[in-house]
Amino acid sequence: MSDIADRVRKIVVEHLGVEEDKVTENASFIDDLGADSLDTVELVMAFEEEFGIEIPDDAAETIQTFGDAVKFISEAS
Amino acid sequence: MFDLTGKAALVTGASGGLGGAIARALHGAGATVGLSGTREAPLEALAADLGERAHVLPCNLSDRAAVESLPKAAAAAMGSVDILVNNAGITRDGLMMRMTDQQWDEVMEVNLGSAMRLSRGVLRGMMKARWGRIVNISSIVGVTGNPGQANYAAAKAGMIGFSKSLAAEVASRGITVNSVAPGFITTAMTDALGDAQKSALLAAVPAGRMGEADEIAAAVLYLASAEAAYVTGATLHVNGGMAML
Repeated sequence: MSDIADRVRKIVVEHLGVEEDKVTENASFIDDLGADSLDTVELVMAFEEEFGIEIPDDAAETIQTFGDAVKFISEAS
Repeated sequence: MFDLTGKAALVTGASGGLGGAIARALHGAGATVGLSGTREAPLEALAADLGERAHVLPCNLSDRAAVESLPKAAAAAMGSVDILVNNAGITRDGLMMRMTDQQWDEVMEVNLGSAMRLSRGVLRGMMKARWGRIVNISSIVGVTGNPGQANYAAAKAGMIGFSKSLAAEVASRGITVNSVAPGFITTAMTDALGDAQKSALLAAVPAGRMGEADEIAAAVLYLASAEAAYVTGATLHVNGGMAML
């Protein structure tokens, strides 16, 4: 779990160019981390590649926060 | 003038006159080209003529599964797809009162549906690279209309709306999406017209002549270049003044 969280955090930090300590459990990609809608698509693509999973569009829409992403990926991988 | 060295371009309809000229122009500027089309023999002949940096990627654009796999095949052959030229097009002309669903669907699928699917297929790589060029070959009739071509004109108009929407979506990622709208160009498609039709059409062209495939290719080359980075969502009309839009 923590390994997954670290890897997800690294992707978010790199992609959105935010400080690591801003990427908290409830941090919303769009509202708190400055992502636009295209960024969220790119983040999902990056998660898919990093973890070798498929994230269907309807599931991708539910991934709004860092915590959502970690939870989804933990369950999927 | 334009240098595409190190870029890989996928051109559909490269077995036709226009697509072949476009592939030659991009290749001549240094790009690696993926030649796609339904007829393999002319693709092989073109590739042999171009020599290095040319890959033959046959694809039937009316087959959705084949269309979905083309971007992957192109990336596998060339390493990436930096430039996509959606040039392939078919006509199934007929007056509206006699037009069948099949005539409508075939034109929509090949001319517009494949452009959407191929664009979707190459976007991931372009987004990652923060660089990409999509050039959609529309037509003057997509803007002016043409009797007997409601299906073709609708698909070509659709390409322009598609290009503008996608251009807005991906502009922030260094990807441009533009259309080129040829007028009356010397190709197999216009060779099929009768002499009377041709002279009637030419009367409406201020330049007084048909356009050449190379003149369309030059427009595509510009839009594919690094120099055109700030041009997106545009429609470049190449029609000898037939319609000044």
